[in-house]
Amino acid sequence: MIATSIESRRSAPLKGVGHVRRVDSGGDRGRVVDTAPRRRPAPTAPPRPGVPPASRFPRLLAGVDEPTGPVDLPHHLELWGPLDFHRARAGLVDELDASGLAGHGGAWFPVAAKWRSVGAGSRRRPVVVANGTEGEPASAKDGFLLEWAPHLVIDGASAAAAALGAGRVILCVPPRLVAGVSREVVARDGLRMDPVGIEVVPAVEAFVAGQESAVVNALEGRAPVPSFVRIKPVRESGVGGRPTLVQNVETLAHVGLVARFGAGWFRGLGTARDPGTTMLTLHDGRGVPQVFEMPLGVAMRQVLGLSSAATADYQAALVGGYGGGWVSMATLLDLELSEGAARRVGAGLGPGVVALLPRDACPVAEVARVVRYMEGQSAGQCGPCVLGLAALAHALESLAFDARPPRGLLDRVGQLCDLVEGRGACRHPDGVARFARSALGVFGDDMAGHAQSGPCDRVGSRPVLPLPVPAVMPPPGHNGHRDRPGRALREVARR
Amino acid sequence: MRPHLVLLVDPTVCDAHGVCAELFPERVRLDPWGYPIIDGRDIPPVLEVHARRAADSCPRLALHLVEEVR
Ligand SMILES: Cc1cc2nc3c(=O)[nH]c(=O)nc-3n(C[C@H](O)[C@H](O)[C@H](O)COP(=O)(O)O)c2cc1C
Ligand code: SF4
Ligand code: SF4
Repeated sequence: MIATSIESRRSAPLKGVGHVRRVDSGGDRGRVVDTAPRRRPAPTAPPRPGVPPASRFPRLLAGVDEPTGPVDLPHHLELWGPLDFHRARAGLVDELDASGLAGHGGAWFPVAAKWRSVGAGSRRRPVVVANGTEGEPASAKDGFLLEWAPHLVIDGASAAAAALGAGRVILCVPPRLVAGVSREVVARDGLRMDPVGIEVVPAVEAFVAGQESAVVNALEGRAPVPSFVRIKPVRESGVGGRPTLVQNVETLAHVGLVARFGAGWFRGLGTARDPGTTMLTLHDGRGVPQVFEMPLGVAMRQVLGLSSAATADYQAALVGGYGGGWVSMATLLDLELSEGAARRVGAGLGPGVVALLPRDACPVAEVARVVRYMEGQSAGQCGPCVLGLAALAHALESLAFDARPPRGLLDRVGQLCDLVEGRGACRHPDGVARFARSALGVFGDDMAGHAQSGPCDRVGSRPVLPLPVPAVMPPPGHNGHRDRPGRALREVARR
Repeated sequence: MRPHLVLLVDPTVCDAHGVCAELFPERVRLDPWGYPIIDGRDIPPVLEVHARRAADSCPRLALHLVEEVR
């Protein structure tokens, strides 16, 4: 069931790089231009191994261009030179600490601190897992990297293995990319590049399957759902009971560059507080989404690259994906591209998703559809998540679509957000709460309108936010409550 | 950095029996569905005996009394 829903998600956008929006690497750095696919641009720095290509931008997407196809191993080595894993063994953790690199899977946790915690006090050799699950339907950057620039990711995973003394490296990649990534791993084997053999496995494609303990559970042949890790975190006991580092694939690609050129080089882009660059997936609500890279700390207006007339076509933006938050266009334009800034306005950068909502869309319906989708993605284990998200989805659908919604729905939505937050084994309900709560703020007038006089005239417009499965209305009388999740629901989750 | 005693519920196994709220109302109340909402403040020595009894009595063994270093 999961597989089919994902097929429909993956088939749509982002097949070619034609839609990649790139930043001109020449003079006017940071200026966003829409590039039609071009031939491979001349490398911005001479490909001399070991010499930092100081001015190169984009970083992760260097060399990615449609006519030449994905960056294969010879092209990768020409761009970046070889990686010295002995050096990684010696000082990479300190270098990462100095670089300020944080995780790009959604939580923005400092990488060095995470590495230091893996297997602290254990004598077993750890396992490195590259998390390319990308369960977020609005994100496409991880798959994009794995498809177009896989070697930086693998470099990072191998560097992590060297630094931590890991005995296994596992790349979890979307099923459609297993063959391609495996081919590149074989090419590396030919050169004996990696210190530890690299396994490529298909990721389970579901929203919560990307949560790190769920990834580990899937690798262990258990149901791909999160565990209660407050007692036994994967950094202590993960794959095969070994200390396990689960790191997002984009994070590892950055690691691959820090391992080559060091922290000082890494800090050459971005700001002091938010160094480096990030991958983004931008939805303009009309065409295919665009994947590109940006230095952290730039203003969102630069990220969007829209004229003021075009900006006026939008009513608000979702920052951080379906676990992120809504912000008004005015807030968005001046927002700095960073996790800290996004949090301060009630959102978060999440996996780097920005989705613009056109004026002709009904925000209440959009919010209701996403929350219903997220409710369906709950792993069905934790009572407050299962029951709370179902009640939240039901309340929002009633608000969006009922001719006469019951009184007090807006308050109920707020109360349900409070009730689910922090109550699950994973942060799935917290993300949904942030999404819904921010909608109450940004779309307060629209919601009040629906509450008072039923659906607005935009309610039937084409859904904008991407969902892997067509949203269906719940059957009449469905009240969102099931008695108890308990085992019955857990069985459902397992199937 | 000194250790605090805190009560954690594993929401993946809790089945809303509610024994915990009955035995340890100082830190546990129930949500509208009967699941425990645990007050995360640390547990002072005078309350420890109640916390332990709640953890031991949970029919699903969902409650964990742990030391956290903060
Ligand atoms: C519900 C949920 C879904 C997640 N999905 C993903 C995912 O698809 N990919 C990912 O890299 N991290 C995902 N994460 C975050 C992971 O748990 C983990 O923090 C991350 O892979 C660590 O990598 P990073 O520190 O490099 O970001 C998810 C977290 C939650 C709570
Ligand atoms: S909080 Fe929700 S999504 Fe996370 S493990 Fe529990 S039931 Fe699953
Ligand atoms: S006693 Fe145990 S199973 Fe019952 S509500 Fe409390 S934690 Fe859950």
